[in-house]
Amino acid sequence: MKIIYSDALVVGGGLAGLRVATGVKERGHNVIVLTLVPPKRSHSAAAQGGMQASLGNCVMGEGDNEDVHFLDTIKGSDWGADQKVARMFTHCAPKAIRELAYWGVPWTRVRAGEHSAVINAKRVTLTEKQEAHGYITARDFGGTKKWRTCYTSDGTGHSMLYAMDNKAQEDKIEVHERLEAIALIHENNRCYGVVARNLMNGELVAYVAKATTIATGGYGRIYSVSTNAIICEGIGQAIALESGVATLGNMEAIQFHPTAIVPAGILVTEGCRGDGGVLRDVDGYRFMPDYEPEKKELASRDVVSRRMTEHMRKGKGVKSPYGDHVWLDITILGKEHIEKNLREVKEICENFLGIDPVKEWIPVRPTQHYSMGGIRTKYTGESQTMQGLYSAGEAACWDLHGFNRLGGNSVSETVVSGMLVAEYISDFLDSKESAIDINTKTIESFVQKEHQKLEELLGKDEGEDAYELRERMEEIMMQKVGIFRNGVELQEAVDELQELLKRSKNIAVKRSKSRGANPALENAYRTQKMLKIAVCVAYGAFLRTESRGAHSREDFPKRDDANWLKRTIVRWDDENATLPEVSYEDIDIASMELPPGFRGYGKDLTSHHKDTQKRVEEVEKIKQELEQKGANRFEIQEALMPFKEDLPKKYRGFNERLGGIE
Amino acid sequence: MNRELTIDILRYDPNQPEIKPYIASYKIQEQVGMTLFVALNEIRKHHDSSLKFDFVCRAGICGSCSMLVNGKPSLACKTLTQKLDSHIRLAPLPVFELIGDLSVFTGNWMRGLNERLESWIHHKEEELEVDKLEKPMDPDVADDVYELDRCIECGCCVAGCGTLQMNENFVGAVGLNKIARYQLDPRDKRDEKEYYELVGNEDGVFGCMTLLGCEDVCSKNLPLQSKIAYLRRVMAKTALKKKD
Repeated sequence: MKIIYSDALVVGGGLAGLRVATGVKERGHNVIVLTLVPPKRSHSAAAQGGMQASLGNCVMGEGDNEDVHFLDTIKGSDWGADQKVARMFTHCAPKAIRELAYWGVPWTRVRAGEHSAVINAKRVTLTEKQEAHGYITARDFGGTKKWRTCYTSDGTGHSMLYAMDNKAQEDKIEVHERLEAIALIHENNRCYGVVARNLMNGELVAYVAKATTIATGGYGRIYSVSTNAIICEGIGQAIALESGVATLGNMEAIQFHPTAIVPAGILVTEGCRGDGGVLRDVDGYRFMPDYEPEKKELASRDVVSRRMTEHMRKGKGVKSPYGDHVWLDITILGKEHIEKNLREVKEICENFLGIDPVKEWIPVRPTQHYSMGGIRTKYTGESQTMQGLYSAGEAACWDLHGFNRLGGNSVSETVVSGMLVAEYISDFLDSKESAIDINTKTIESFVQKEHQKLEELLGKDEGEDAYELRERMEEIMMQKVGIFRNGVELQEAVDELQELLKRSKNIAVKRSKSRGANPALENAYRTQKMLKIAVCVAYGAFLRTESRGAHSREDFPKRDDANWLKRTIVRWDDENATLPEVSYEDIDIASMELPPGFRGYGKDLTSHHKDTQKRVEEVEKIKQELEQKGANRFEIQEALMPFKEDLPKKYRGFNERLGGIE
Repeated sequence: MNRELTIDILRYDPNQPEIKPYIASYKIQEQVGMTLFVALNEIRKHHDSSLKFDFVCRAGICGSCSMLVNGKPSLACKTLTQKLDSHIRLAPLPVFELIGDLSVFTGNWMRGLNERLESWIHHKEEELEVDKLEKPMDPDVADDVYELDRCIECGCCVAGCGTLQMNENFVGAVGLNKIARYQLDPRDKRDEKEYYELVGNEDGVFGCMTLLGCEDVCSKNLPLQSKIAYLRRVMAKTALKKKD
């Protein structure tokens, strides 16, 4: 048996994983990164439109700061987010972007003087200040008060990931490619690493470490149509779940992005609408202002996706062999702008649709895009129930996004959570508590167990076809656990998924029997794991009898703070069970900086919690008192919800902006 | 439309050396808007589940799925079958280590290249202060750097390179483009002499035979030809200065 030891192990080589790895290494610990693919091919590269950070350099971003970014993020989450985490995040986002600038991201910069832009379908002239010339600029994105989304054309994730991986190479981070973690090694609620399978030769290797981080991204591929890369299968969450000890949070919180192309499901960035593109129906009519007169196409993603679906249900969609869609019209932006700032969009349209978006409208519809749920952690990134297991980025639920993530907050989260979690892990590694005493016999038993499971899949000649089970799972998720949900369909989904899960225990890998690289075998064991994730999503959605953010119940259209201001927590400790054990974690109103309120979309249907009014009054009182005393915004914030003590010391400083610190 | 496609794939599994490389032929029905991503998954699902190939983003941005399509290095995910003859031949990219069938190990090759060329920003003295304003940068220069930063390390230029066929140490267009990118970036403090140490030789910019297969097959349409020419001029000047 091969055992490879390190201080820290990171599963996943995307932005979050690499940022954790470089941070831990910088603190003097050795670290190994396991990845399915070369790090530069990770799904982080697919982020197009940008990264939110409140720099406030461009004229439409003036006056932006951590406070505004915080308010946008909490409203966007429909009050589901952990407000302390959101504070830590918005405070560190400017630091993270400056770090990336230092490492080489060629952020698009402010150009002093006049330039033309499209706002609300009208061409306007904006004037950028001389003193801002050459600083990082930003574009508009949905659900934000300021232009805060920093970018490199529409290849932001690509540039960030390349800079990050180059930095990791400079730091000589050890990366083991084409290794897939298939089980956690753990004992007495303590994580000791993973069993990994080499995807090139089939070898099983035990990676043993004092701290293990899962940064494997989301689980979008449980849906048949997703913007996610095909490697986003939720295996990281699944191995945490299969430990029976670690928990997952808010798995039912799934985001649908308004604009993926039809039929391929490939994303075209929110930057299209941020830069002035509009949505049109079958008659060429711009319908969003009718539904959302204030934010129009730039309402939050969950809102736009629902409005598009509503409009198509009224018969206003464009019919196609692949179902209805609407049009995304960016022709008004002009050739020059599209070829400079939306070039990936242009290439995608040319390659996959055979159209030129400078002249033609793009067929789009809402498509699965982001997983707000994930491995439930403390703000340190450590699992709430398993010591030594950490998670960061989309894989985690620490919980920045609540029930809806703002565009531009995901790549931002990857690097911010990476830089923070790296520090907390390093503190842990520096402590005596991190010492490990696992017996090699125990390690061997975990490897043996995985070996047997694989042999069982390969050994059978008769049994279930994994491709068939998986396809059915994807369809169920798409049809019954989608944008609009209801109790009847969710019940059907839960029932049928449980059936599929039972059948998946009898999967046979037919014909393709190689013990080496074997795509059929990989599909078989992944399907078994994905089905558990799918059950968690559908079951959580079934139980949550309210509508919050992206979770929208037709039979329960109200946001019900009185009963549902809480996170769904799932654990799967019985291997033979077909449903997870579900519990709920209250979100404490008394400690909120921004007590629950109205998001500002449609009618306010919220049924409020009894503690809300009290906290609203408290917050108001504290603010007034301090303002009278002449306190600044930092002092007021500190009084409402202190968070800085919990940040690593090196990241507590105030962020400088062009106007100074205030 | 509704053609029947015949897809011939060069197959070999290094884990099963007893089976010699062979061409497997599959027949599938073409669908509207079908890409090679869709076609290969069809084959895997319905004909042969052991077929090995790599896709990640399936949107033309990650560079995983390069292969020889009718002999030409291409990204399979963005290759529409309707643009090809009904008889399609697929083979793995040459140069890179073969994992099996159409899957090759580009990761270790690119990693080796990046280490060799030290393709990261060299700051020398300047330290990062995360709380302070970022350093301003000329907006045009930032745009120009991004243009070269768009390389996705797909390996098509490596596979399409005549020089690499004869000199396996040649850094290829992907390597030269990286040096051009850093040389343009004011944040990188390496001087011309230091770049010269990296690529001022036969394995670098002077090894290129200007066949320019690289530019023909570049999946991101990067201006490789002009960048290599530019770099060659800079390096030649540096060489002359060195002599003095």
